[in-house]
Amino acid sequence: MTEPQFLVRATPHLSGPESTPKIMWTVVFSLIPVVAVSFWFFGPSALLIQAAAVLGALIPEHYTGHKGSLRDGSAVITGVLLGLTLPPGMPLWMAFLGGFFGVAFGKLIFGGLGQNVFNPALLGRAFLQAAFPVAITTWPSQTGSWWSLRGDNFAWPLMSPQVVDGSTGATPLGLFKFEKQSTEFLDLLLGTTSGSVGETSGLVILACGLFLALRNYLNWRIPASICATVFSFSGILWLFDSEAFASPFFMLFSGGLMLGAFYMATDMVTSPTTHKGCWIFGAGIGFLVVIIRTWGGLPEGVMYAILFMNAFVPFINRKTQPRVFGQAPPEKRGLPFMKKGGQA
Amino acid sequence: MGDLVWILISAMIVNNFTLAYFLGLCPFMGVSGRVETALRMGMANIFVLVLTSLCAWFLNNFVLEYAPYLRVISFIVVIASLVQIVEIAIKKFSPTLFQQLGISLPLITTNCAILGLAIFQTNREYGFFQGLFFAVGAGLGLTLALVLMASIREDSERANVPNLARGTALVMIIAGSLSLAFMGFAGLGSAS
Repeated sequence: MTEPQFLVRATPHLSGPESTPKIMWTVVFSLIPVVAVSFWFFGPSALLIQAAAVLGALIPEHYTGHKGSLRDGSAVITGVLLGLTLPPGMPLWMAFLGGFFGVAFGKLIFGGLGQNVFNPALLGRAFLQAAFPVAITTWPSQTGSWWSLRGDNFAWPLMSPQVVDGSTGATPLGLFKFEKQSTEFLDLLLGTTSGSVGETSGLVILACGLFLALRNYLNWRIPASICATVFSFSGILWLFDSEAFASPFFMLFSGGLMLGAFYMATDMVTSPTTHKGCWIFGAGIGFLVVIIRTWGGLPEGVMYAILFMNAFVPFINRKTQPRVFGQAPPEKRGLPFMKKGGQA
Repeated sequence: MGDLVWILISAMIVNNFTLAYFLGLCPFMGVSGRVETALRMGMANIFVLVLTSLCAWFLNNFVLEYAPYLRVISFIVVIASLVQIVEIAIKKFSPTLFQQLGISLPLITTNCAILGLAIFQTNREYGFFQGLFFAVGAGLGLTLALVLMASIREDSERANVPNLARGTALVMIIAGSLSLAFMGFAGLGSAS
Protein backbone atom coordinates (compact mmCIF):
# COMPACT_ATOMS: atom_id res chain seq x y z
CA MET A 1 0.00 0.00 0.00
CA THR A 2 1.35 3.36 -0.96
CA GLU A 3 0.41 6.49 0.84
CA PRO A 4 -2.39 8.34 -0.96
CA GLN A 5 -1.00 11.13 -3.09
CA PHE A 6 -3.79 13.48 -2.25
CA LEU A 7 -6.54 13.52 0.27
CA VAL A 8 -9.99 12.86 -1.17
CA ARG A 9 -12.56 14.81 0.80
CA ALA A 10 -15.80 16.64 0.32
CA THR A 11 -15.69 20.43 0.10
CA PRO A 12 -14.90 22.82 1.72
CA HIS A 13 -11.16 22.24 1.60
CA LEU A 14 -10.03 25.44 3.26
CA SER A 15 -11.14 26.08 6.82
CA GLY A 16 -11.01 29.46 8.48
CA PRO A 17 -9.66 30.21 11.94
CA GLU A 18 -13.14 30.55 13.42
CA SER A 19 -15.05 27.79 15.15
CA THR A 20 -18.38 27.69 16.94
CA PRO A 21 -16.89 27.48 20.47
CA LYS A 22 -14.47 30.31 19.70
CA ILE A 23 -17.25 32.63 18.51
CA MET A 24 -19.54 31.68 21.38
CA TRP A 25 -16.93 32.21 24.06
CA THR A 26 -15.88 35.53 22.50
CA VAL A 27 -19.49 36.66 22.80
CA VAL A 28 -19.52 35.52 26.43
CA PHE A 29 -16.30 37.46 27.16
CA SER A 30 -17.60 40.52 25.35
CA LEU A 31 -20.49 40.51 27.85
CA ILE A 32 -18.12 40.83 30.83
CA PRO A 33 -18.23 44.66 30.86
CA VAL A 34 -22.03 44.55 30.74
CA VAL A 35 -22.13 42.07 33.62
CA ALA A 36 -19.60 44.18 35.56
CA VAL A 37 -21.72 47.31 35.10
CA SER A 38 -24.79 45.43 36.28
CA PHE A 39 -22.84 44.31 39.36
CA TRP A 40 -21.84 47.93 39.96
CA PHE A 41 -25.42 49.16 39.78
CA PHE A 42 -27.40 46.37 41.39
CA GLY A 43 -24.91 44.74 43.74
CA PRO A 44 -24.85 41.04 44.56
CA SER A 45 -28.41 40.53 43.31
CA ALA A 46 -27.27 41.01 39.70
CA LEU A 47 -24.70 38.24 39.90
CA LEU A 48 -27.06 35.90 41.76
CA ILE A 49 -29.77 36.28 39.11
CA GLN A 50 -27.32 35.59 36.31
CA ALA A 51 -25.81 32.61 38.09
CA ALA A 52 -29.28 31.12 38.55
CA ALA A 53 -30.20 31.67 34.91
CA VAL A 54 -26.90 30.17 33.68
CA LEU A 55 -27.35 27.16 35.94
CA GLY A 56 -30.88 26.68 34.63
CA ALA A 57 -29.57 26.83 31.05
CA LEU A 58 -26.67 24.44 31.64
CA ILE A 59 -28.62 21.61 33.27
CA PRO A 60 -30.83 20.57 30.32
CA GLU A 61 -27.92 21.09 27.94
CA HIS A 62 -25.78 18.76 30.05
CA TYR A 63 -28.34 16.00 30.36
CA THR A 64 -30.04 16.00 26.98
CA GLY A 65 -27.76 17.92 24.61
CA HIS A 66 -25.34 16.32 22.21
CA LYS A 67 -22.08 15.07 23.62
CA GLY A 68 -19.74 17.97 24.24
CA SER A 69 -22.33 20.61 23.48
CA LEU A 70 -21.83 22.10 26.94
CA ARG A 71 -18.32 23.16 25.99
CA ASP A 72 -19.33 25.29 22.99
CA GLY A 73 -20.63 27.99 25.30
CA SER A 74 -24.01 28.50 23.65
CA ALA A 75 -25.94 27.53 26.78
CA VAL A 76 -23.81 29.94 28.84
CA ILE A 77 -24.72 32.76 26.45
CA THR A 78 -28.41 31.92 26.76
CA GLY A 79 -28.18 31.96 30.54
CA VAL A 80 -26.20 35.22 30.76
CA LEU A 81 -28.44 36.99 28.25
CA LEU A 82 -31.57 35.82 30.06
CA GLY A 83 -30.11 36.96 33.37
CA LEU A 84 -29.37 40.38 31.89
CA THR A 85 -33.01 40.87 30.91
CA LEU A 86 -34.53 40.01 34.30
CA PRO A 87 -35.26 42.49 37.09
CA PRO A 88 -32.63 42.25 39.86
CA GLY A 89 -35.11 41.61 42.63
CA MET A 90 -36.61 38.52 41.07
CA PRO A 91 -36.67 35.26 43.05
CA LEU A 92 -33.80 33.07 41.92
CA TRP A 93 -35.88 29.99 41.28
CA MET A 94 -37.81 31.89 38.62
CA ALA A 95 -34.59 32.87 36.84
CA PHE A 96 -33.51 29.23 37.02
CA LEU A 97 -36.83 28.11 35.56
CA GLY A 98 -36.53 30.65 32.74
CA GLY A 99 -33.10 29.39 31.75
CA PHE A 100 -34.28 25.81 31.92
CA PHE A 101 -37.36 26.46 29.80
CA GLY A 102 -35.47 28.54 27.26
CA VAL A 103 -32.81 25.92 26.59
CA ALA A 104 -35.02 22.85 26.88
CA PHE A 105 -38.06 24.06 24.92
CA GLY A 106 -36.44 26.78 22.87
CA LYS A 107 -33.40 24.91 21.65
CA LEU A 108 -32.96 21.24 22.58
CA ILE A 109 -36.40 20.17 21.46
CA PHE A 110 -35.57 21.49 17.96
CA GLY A 111 -32.40 19.42 17.88
CA GLY A 112 -29.87 21.62 19.64
CA LEU A 113 -27.63 24.47 18.57
CA GLY A 114 -28.22 25.78 15.08
CA GLN A 115 -31.68 24.34 14.60
CA ASN A 116 -33.88 26.42 16.87
CA VAL A 117 -36.36 28.92 15.49
CA PHE A 118 -36.77 31.25 18.47
CA ASN A 119 -34.06 32.91 20.50
CA PRO A 120 -33.85 30.63 23.59
CA ALA A 121 -33.10 33.44 26.06
CA LEU A 122 -36.05 35.52 24.89
CA LEU A 123 -38.36 32.52 24.80
CA GLY A 124 -37.39 31.84 28.43
CA ARG A 125 -38.16 35.44 29.30
CA ALA A 126 -41.48 35.41 27.44
CA PHE A 127 -42.36 32.29 29.38
CA LEU A 128 -41.51 34.03 32.66
CA GLN A 129 -43.49 37.09 31.63
CA ALA A 130 -46.53 34.92 30.97
CA ALA A 131 -46.10 32.85 34.13
CA PHE A 132 -45.03 35.49 36.67
CA PRO A 133 -46.27 38.84 35.36
CA VAL A 134 -45.91 40.59 38.73
CA ALA A 135 -42.44 39.39 39.69
CA ILE A 136 -41.00 40.29 36.31
CA THR A 137 -42.31 43.86 36.42
CA THR A 138 -41.20 44.72 39.96
CA TRP A 139 -38.27 47.05 39.51
CA PRO A 140 -36.12 47.98 42.49
CA SER A 141 -34.80 51.53 42.55
CA GLN A 142 -31.07 52.19 42.78
CA THR A 143 -31.02 53.36 46.36
CA GLY A 144 -30.04 51.87 49.66
CA SER A 145 -26.96 49.96 50.64
CA TRP A 146 -24.96 48.48 47.79
CA TRP A 147 -24.54 45.16 49.56
CA SER A 148 -28.19 44.61 50.27
CA LEU A 149 -30.28 42.45 47.97
CA ARG A 150 -32.58 44.32 45.62
CA GLY A 151 -35.61 42.25 46.41
CA ASP A 152 -36.59 38.91 47.81
CA ASN A 153 -34.09 36.89 45.79
CA PHE A 154 -34.28 33.88 48.05
CA ALA A 155 -38.04 33.44 48.05
CA TRP A 156 -39.06 29.79 48.02
CA PRO A 157 -40.72 28.40 44.93
CA LEU A 158 -44.48 28.98 44.81
CA MET A 159 -44.32 31.41 47.74
CA SER A 160 -45.15 35.03 47.01
CA PRO A 161 -41.98 37.12 47.36
CA GLN A 162 -41.89 39.81 50.06
CA VAL A 163 -41.94 43.33 48.72
CA VAL A 164 -40.25 45.97 50.85
CA ASP A 165 -42.25 49.20 50.83
CA GLY A 166 -40.78 52.12 48.97
CA SER A 167 -38.00 50.11 47.43
CA THR A 168 -39.52 49.81 43.98
CA GLY A 169 -39.49 52.31 41.17
CA ALA A 170 -40.62 52.35 37.59
CA THR A 171 -38.39 51.95 34.54
CA PRO A 172 -37.91 54.98 32.30
CA LEU A 173 -40.29 53.44 29.77
CA GLY A 174 -42.91 52.76 32.44
CA LEU A 175 -42.54 56.29 33.77
CA PHE A 176 -43.05 57.71 30.31
CA LYS A 177 -45.95 55.45 29.42
CA PHE A 178 -48.01 55.73 32.57
CA GLU A 179 -46.95 59.08 34.03
CA LYS A 180 -45.66 60.93 30.97
CA GLN A 181 -42.38 61.58 32.74
CA SER A 182 -39.20 61.69 30.72
CA THR A 183 -35.80 60.62 32.04
CA GLU A 184 -32.51 62.51 31.72
CA PHE A 185 -30.65 61.39 28.61
CA LEU A 186 -27.36 61.12 30.52
CA ASP A 187 -28.95 58.70 33.01
CA LEU A 188 -30.09 56.51 30.13
CA LEU A 189 -26.64 56.52 28.56
CA LEU A 190 -24.82 55.64 31.77
CA GLY A 191 -27.48 53.38 33.19
CA THR A 192 -28.32 55.07 36.47
CA THR A 193 -31.98 54.18 36.13
CA SER A 194 -34.04 51.28 37.33
CA GLY A 195 -34.60 48.44 34.94
CA SER A 196 -33.48 44.93 34.16
CA VAL A 197 -30.11 43.76 35.43
CA GLY A 198 -28.06 44.46 32.33
CA GLU A 199 -30.14 46.64 30.06
CA THR A 200 -29.73 50.00 31.76
CA SER A 201 -26.38 51.17 30.47
CA GLY A 202 -26.83 51.82 26.76
CA LEU A 203 -23.31 53.09 26.26
CA VAL A 204 -21.51 49.98 27.57
CA ILE A 205 -23.70 47.64 25.53
CA LEU A 206 -23.09 49.78 22.45
CA ALA A 207 -19.32 49.54 22.95
CA CYS A 208 -19.38 45.76 23.48
CA GLY A 209 -21.66 45.30 20.48
CA LEU A 210 -19.40 47.40 18.28
CA PHE A 211 -16.45 45.22 19.32
CA LEU A 212 -18.33 42.12 18.16
CA ALA A 213 -19.45 43.84 14.96
CA LEU A 214 -15.87 44.84 14.14
CA ARG A 215 -14.75 41.25 14.56
CA ASN A 216 -17.64 40.27 12.28
CA TYR A 217 -19.16 38.02 14.95
CA LEU A 218 -22.48 39.71 14.46
CA ASN A 219 -24.06 41.02 11.31
CA TRP A 220 -23.93 44.82 11.73
CA ARG A 221 -26.85 45.19 9.36
CA ILE A 222 -29.32 43.95 11.98
CA PRO A 223 -28.58 46.48 14.79
CA ALA A 224 -28.09 49.23 12.19
CA SER A 225 -31.44 48.49 10.66
CA ILE A 226 -33.22 48.23 14.04
CA CYS A 227 -31.74 51.50 15.33
CA ALA A 228 -32.40 53.35 12.07
CA THR A 229 -36.02 52.20 11.97
CA VAL A 230 -36.70 53.00 15.62
CA PHE A 231 -35.00 56.39 15.28
CA SER A 232 -36.82 57.43 12.12
CA PHE A 233 -40.25 56.04 13.01
CA SER A 234 -40.27 57.48 16.54
CA GLY A 235 -38.70 60.67 15.18
CA ILE A 236 -41.62 61.16 12.80
CA LEU A 237 -44.09 60.58 15.62
CA TRP A 238 -42.14 62.98 17.85
CA LEU A 239 -42.10 65.73 15.24
CA PHE A 240 -45.81 65.18 14.84
CA ASP A 241 -46.52 65.64 18.55
CA SER A 242 -43.57 66.05 20.90
CA GLU A 243 -45.82 65.97 23.98
CA ALA A 244 -47.50 62.64 23.46
CA PHE A 245 -44.62 60.70 21.92
CA ALA A 246 -41.16 60.02 23.27
CA SER A 247 -38.12 61.56 21.63
CA PRO A 248 -36.16 59.27 19.30
CA PHE A 249 -33.04 59.38 21.53
CA PHE A 250 -35.13 58.30 24.51
CA MET A 251 -36.53 55.43 22.42
CA LEU A 252 -33.06 54.30 21.36
CA PHE A 253 -31.44 54.21 24.77
CA SER A 254 -34.27 53.23 27.07
CA GLY A 255 -35.38 49.72 27.94
CA GLY A 256 -33.78 46.70 26.38
CA LEU A 257 -33.39 48.09 22.88
CA MET A 258 -29.57 48.20 22.82
CA LEU A 259 -29.21 44.78 24.40
CA GLY A 260 -31.87 43.38 22.10
CA ALA A 261 -30.45 44.95 18.95
CA PHE A 262 -26.85 43.91 19.56
CA TYR A 263 -27.12 40.62 21.42
CA MET A 264 -30.58 39.12 20.97
CA ALA A 265 -31.58 39.89 17.41
CA THR A 266 -28.14 39.08 16.03
CA ASP A 267 -28.16 35.51 17.31
CA MET A 268 -26.66 33.70 14.30
CA VAL A 269 -29.17 30.87 14.45
CA THR A 270 -32.37 32.84 14.64
CA SER A 271 -31.56 35.70 12.26
CA PRO A 272 -31.87 35.57 8.45
CA THR A 273 -29.05 34.14 6.39
CA THR A 274 -29.06 36.78 3.66
CA HIS A 275 -27.98 40.42 4.01
CA LYS A 276 -31.18 41.64 2.42
CA GLY A 277 -33.10 39.47 4.85
CA CYS A 278 -31.20 41.06 7.74
CA TRP A 279 -32.30 44.54 6.70
CA ILE A 280 -35.93 43.41 6.51
CA PHE A 281 -35.66 41.55 9.83
CA GLY A 282 -34.20 44.59 11.62
CA ALA A 283 -36.72 46.98 10.11
CA GLY A 284 -39.55 44.72 11.24
CA ILE A 285 -38.19 44.62 14.79
CA GLY A 286 -37.73 48.40 14.96
CA PHE A 287 -41.21 49.03 13.63
CA LEU A 288 -42.85 46.62 16.08
CA VAL A 289 -40.85 47.99 19.03
CA VAL A 290 -42.17 51.49 18.43
CA ILE A 291 -45.72 50.22 17.89
CA ILE A 292 -45.80 48.12 21.06
CA ARG A 293 -44.11 50.79 23.17
CA THR A 294 -46.39 53.55 21.93
CA TRP A 295 -49.77 51.89 21.64
CA GLY A 296 -49.38 48.52 23.36
CA GLY A 297 -50.51 47.45 26.79
CA LEU A 298 -46.94 46.84 27.94
CA PRO A 299 -44.30 49.55 28.32
CA GLU A 300 -41.58 47.44 26.68
CA GLY A 301 -41.81 45.45 23.46
CA VAL A 302 -38.29 44.57 22.35
CA MET A 303 -38.58 40.95 23.46
CA TYR A 304 -41.88 40.35 21.70
CA ALA A 305 -40.76 42.20 18.58
CA ILE A 306 -37.69 39.99 18.26
CA LEU A 307 -39.62 36.78 18.95
CA PHE A 308 -42.26 37.79 16.42
CA MET A 309 -39.67 38.47 13.76
CA ASN A 310 -37.85 35.25 14.64
CA ALA A 311 -40.99 33.44 13.55
CA PHE A 312 -40.72 35.22 10.20
CA VAL A 313 -37.09 34.23 9.62
CA PRO A 314 -37.78 30.96 7.74
CA PHE A 315 -40.18 32.87 5.51
CA ILE A 316 -37.73 35.76 4.97
CA ASN A 317 -34.96 33.31 4.14
CA ARG A 318 -37.18 31.70 1.55
CA LYS A 319 -38.11 35.00 -0.07
CA THR A 320 -34.66 36.63 -0.13
CA GLN A 321 -32.64 33.85 -1.70
CA PRO A 322 -30.22 35.55 -4.08
CA ARG A 323 -30.42 34.54 -7.73
CA VAL A 324 -27.91 31.90 -8.68
CA PHE A 325 -25.31 33.48 -10.99
CA GLY A 326 -26.23 32.91 -14.60
CA GLN A 327 -29.80 31.84 -13.99
CA ALA A 328 -32.78 33.62 -15.43
CA PRO A 329 -34.70 35.88 -13.05
CA PRO A 330 -37.62 34.10 -11.38
CA GLU A 331 -41.06 34.44 -12.89
CA LYS A 332 -43.42 36.97 -11.42
CA ARG A 333 -45.82 35.19 -9.13
CA GLY A 334 -49.39 36.01 -8.30
CA LEU A 335 -51.80 34.59 -5.80
CA PRO A 336 -52.13 30.82 -6.09
CA PHE A 337 -55.44 30.82 -7.87
CA MET A 338 -54.33 33.43 -10.39
CA LYS A 339 -51.72 31.11 -11.84
CA LYS A 340 -52.65 29.62 -15.17
CA GLY A 341 -52.86 25.88 -15.36
CA GLY A 342 -52.60 25.38 -11.65
CA GLN A 343 -50.71 22.66 -9.92
CA ALA A 344 -52.36 19.65 -8.48
CA MET B 1 -63.02 54.38 8.56
CA GLY B 2 -60.37 54.25 11.27
CA ASP B 3 -62.75 52.12 13.26
CA LEU B 4 -62.99 49.59 10.43
CA VAL B 5 -59.21 49.44 9.95
CA TRP B 6 -58.81 48.93 13.67
CA ILE B 7 -61.27 46.01 13.63
CA LEU B 8 -59.26 44.46 10.81
CA ILE B 9 -55.89 44.83 12.56
CA SER B 10 -57.30 43.70 15.87
CA ALA B 11 -58.76 40.52 14.40
CA MET B 12 -55.59 39.85 12.42
CA ILE B 13 -52.82 40.48 14.95
CA VAL B 14 -53.95 41.40 18.44
CA ASN B 15 -56.78 38.91 18.83
CA ASN B 16 -55.53 36.45 16.26
CA PHE B 17 -58.10 33.67 16.04
CA THR B 18 -55.56 30.88 16.13
CA LEU B 19 -52.82 32.22 18.37
CA ALA B 20 -54.85 34.23 20.88
CA TYR B 21 -58.28 32.56 20.88
CA PHE B 22 -57.09 29.06 19.90
CA LEU B 23 -59.82 28.68 17.31
CA GLY B 24 -59.30 26.87 14.04
CA LEU B 25 -56.55 24.68 15.41
CA CYS B 26 -57.42 21.77 13.12
CA PRO B 27 -56.12 23.38 9.89
CA PHE B 28 -53.35 25.00 11.94
CA MET B 29 -52.04 21.60 12.98
CA GLY B 30 -53.17 19.58 9.98
CA VAL B 31 -52.59 21.63 6.83
CA SER B 32 -49.44 23.48 7.83
CA GLY B 33 -46.93 21.04 6.39
CA ARG B 34 -46.13 23.04 3.23
CA VAL B 35 -46.16 26.79 2.67
CA GLU B 36 -48.01 26.47 -0.66
CA THR B 37 -50.79 24.38 0.86
CA ALA B 38 -50.99 26.61 3.90
CA LEU B 39 -51.36 29.71 1.75
CA ARG B 40 -54.10 28.08 -0.29
CA MET B 41 -55.86 27.00 2.90
CA GLY B 42 -55.61 30.55 4.21
CA MET B 43 -57.17 31.94 1.03
CA ALA B 44 -60.02 29.45 1.25
CA ASN B 45 -60.47 30.46 4.88
CA ILE B 46 -60.74 34.15 4.04
CA PHE B 47 -63.34 33.30 1.42
CA VAL B 48 -65.47 31.18 3.76
CA LEU B 49 -65.13 33.67 6.62
CA VAL B 50 -66.40 36.50 4.43
CA LEU B 51 -69.36 34.36 3.35
CA THR B 52 -70.00 33.53 7.01
CA SER B 53 -70.00 37.15 7.98
CA LEU B 54 -72.50 38.00 5.26
CA CYS B 55 -74.72 35.06 6.28
CA ALA B 56 -74.61 35.91 9.95
CA TRP B 57 -75.48 39.53 9.26
CA PHE B 58 -78.38 38.51 7.04
CA LEU B 59 -79.70 35.93 9.50
CA ASN B 60 -79.39 38.28 12.46
CA ASN B 61 -81.16 41.13 10.79
CA PHE B 62 -83.93 39.41 8.91
CA VAL B 63 -84.56 35.94 10.30
CA LEU B 64 -83.39 35.47 13.86
CA GLU B 65 -85.38 38.39 15.19
CA TYR B 66 -88.34 36.02 15.16
CA ALA B 67 -86.53 33.01 16.62
CA PRO B 68 -83.39 33.99 18.55
CA TYR B 69 -83.13 30.57 20.19
CA LEU B 70 -82.30 29.00 16.82
CA ARG B 71 -79.13 31.02 16.43
CA VAL B 72 -76.38 28.39 16.64
CA ILE B 73 -78.22 25.75 14.65
CA SER B 74 -79.23 28.15 11.90
CA PHE B 75 -75.68 29.50 11.67
CA ILE B 76 -74.27 26.02 11.21
CA VAL B 77 -76.86 24.82 8.73
CA VAL B 78 -77.03 27.96 6.61
CA ILE B 79 -73.26 28.49 6.42
CA ALA B 80 -72.52 24.85 5.63
CA SER B 81 -75.11 24.60 2.89
CA LEU B 82 -74.12 27.96 1.40
CA VAL B 83 -70.49 26.88 1.18
CA GLN B 84 -71.56 23.66 -0.49
CA ILE B 85 -73.56 25.59 -3.07
CA VAL B 86 -70.66 27.95 -3.69
CA GLU B 87 -68.38 24.97 -4.12
CA ILE B 88 -70.67 23.48 -6.76
CA ALA B 89 -70.75 26.85 -8.51
CA ILE B 90 -66.94 27.12 -8.44
CA LYS B 91 -66.63 23.60 -9.80
CA LYS B 92 -68.82 24.58 -12.71
CA PHE B 93 -67.38 28.02 -13.48
CA SER B 94 -63.71 27.68 -12.58
CA PRO B 95 -62.36 24.14 -12.44
CA THR B 96 -58.84 25.50 -11.87
CA LEU B 97 -59.82 27.30 -8.70
CA PHE B 98 -61.78 24.24 -7.59
CA GLN B 99 -58.70 22.10 -8.07
CA GLN B 100 -56.59 24.60 -6.14
CA LEU B 101 -58.91 24.63 -3.17
CA GLY B 102 -59.43 20.90 -3.22
CA ILE B 103 -60.85 19.30 -0.13
CA SER B 104 -60.15 22.32 2.07
CA LEU B 105 -63.30 24.25 1.17
CA PRO B 106 -65.90 21.78 2.52
CA LEU B 107 -63.62 20.98 5.45
CA ILE B 108 -63.36 24.59 6.58
CA THR B 109 -67.12 24.74 7.02
CA THR B 110 -66.94 22.52 10.08
CA ASN B 111 -64.12 24.62 11.56
CA CYS B 112 -64.69 26.25 14.93
CA ALA B 113 -63.25 29.54 13.64
CA ILE B 114 -66.25 29.89 11.33
CA LEU B 115 -68.86 29.48 14.03
CA GLY B 116 -66.66 31.56 16.33
CA LEU B 117 -66.66 34.42 13.85
CA ALA B 118 -70.44 34.31 13.48
CA ILE B 119 -70.98 34.30 17.24
CA PHE B 120 -68.38 37.02 17.99
CA GLN B 121 -69.90 39.18 15.32
CA THR B 122 -73.35 38.77 16.81
CA ASN B 123 -72.20 39.37 20.38
CA ARG B 124 -70.32 42.52 19.46
CA GLU B 125 -73.26 43.74 17.39
CA TYR B 126 -71.15 44.51 14.34
CA GLY B 127 -72.88 46.10 11.38
CA PHE B 128 -72.50 44.97 7.79
CA PHE B 129 -69.15 46.60 6.97
CA GLN B 130 -67.74 46.05 10.43
CA GLY B 131 -68.52 42.35 10.09
CA LEU B 132 -66.92 42.26 6.66
CA PHE B 133 -63.70 43.83 7.91
CA PHE B 134 -63.74 41.57 10.95
CA ALA B 135 -64.02 38.52 8.68
CA VAL B 136 -61.22 39.65 6.37
CA GLY B 137 -59.00 40.42 9.38
CA ALA B 138 -59.69 37.08 10.98
CA GLY B 139 -58.98 35.33 7.68
CA LEU B 140 -55.73 37.23 7.17
CA GLY B 141 -54.74 36.36 10.73
CA LEU B 142 -55.41 32.68 10.12
CA THR B 143 -53.41 32.86 6.89
CA LEU B 144 -50.53 34.56 8.69
CA ALA B 145 -50.48 31.94 11.43
CA LEU B 146 -50.72 29.10 8.90
CA VAL B 147 -47.92 30.42 6.68
CA LEU B 148 -45.61 31.14 9.62
CA MET B 149 -46.24 27.69 11.04
CA ALA B 150 -45.69 26.03 7.66
CA SER B 151 -42.42 27.83 6.98
CA ILE B 152 -41.10 26.95 10.44
CA ARG B 153 -42.19 23.34 10.04
CA GLU B 154 -40.54 23.05 6.63
CA ASP B 155 -37.30 24.27 8.17
CA SER B 156 -37.49 22.03 11.20
CA GLU B 157 -38.00 18.99 8.99
CA ARG B 158 -34.32 19.25 8.19
CA ALA B 159 -33.43 19.72 11.85
CA ASN B 160 -32.18 16.97 14.05
CA VAL B 161 -35.28 16.80 16.22
CA PRO B 162 -35.09 14.23 19.04
CA ASN B 163 -37.36 11.24 18.56
CA LEU B 164 -39.65 12.02 21.46
CA ALA B 165 -40.57 15.42 20.00
CA ARG B 166 -40.95 14.47 16.35
CA GLY B 167 -44.27 15.18 14.64
CA THR B 168 -47.24 16.58 16.50
CA ALA B 169 -45.34 17.26 19.73
CA LEU B 170 -42.98 19.66 17.97
CA VAL B 171 -45.89 21.31 16.17
CA MET B 172 -47.57 21.91 19.52
CA ILE B 173 -44.40 23.42 20.96
CA ILE B 174 -43.94 25.70 17.94
CA ALA B 175 -47.60 26.72 18.25
CA GLY B 176 -47.05 27.57 21.92
CA SER B 177 -43.94 29.60 21.14
CA LEU B 178 -45.75 31.48 18.38
CA SER B 179 -48.56 32.20 20.77
CA LEU B 180 -46.03 33.55 23.32
CA ALA B 181 -44.59 35.81 20.62
CA PHE B 182 -48.08 37.14 19.79
CA MET B 183 -48.75 37.90 23.46
CA GLY B 184 -46.77 41.12 23.11
CA PHE B 185 -49.63 42.64 21.17
CA ALA B 186 -52.10 42.02 23.98
CA GLY B 187 -53.79 45.26 24.93
CA LEU B 188 -52.58 47.03 21.81
CA GLY B 189 -54.65 50.14 21.31
CA SER B 190 -56.35 49.95 24.68
CA ALA B 191 -53.79 52.18 26.41
CA SER B 192 -54.38 55.30 24.37
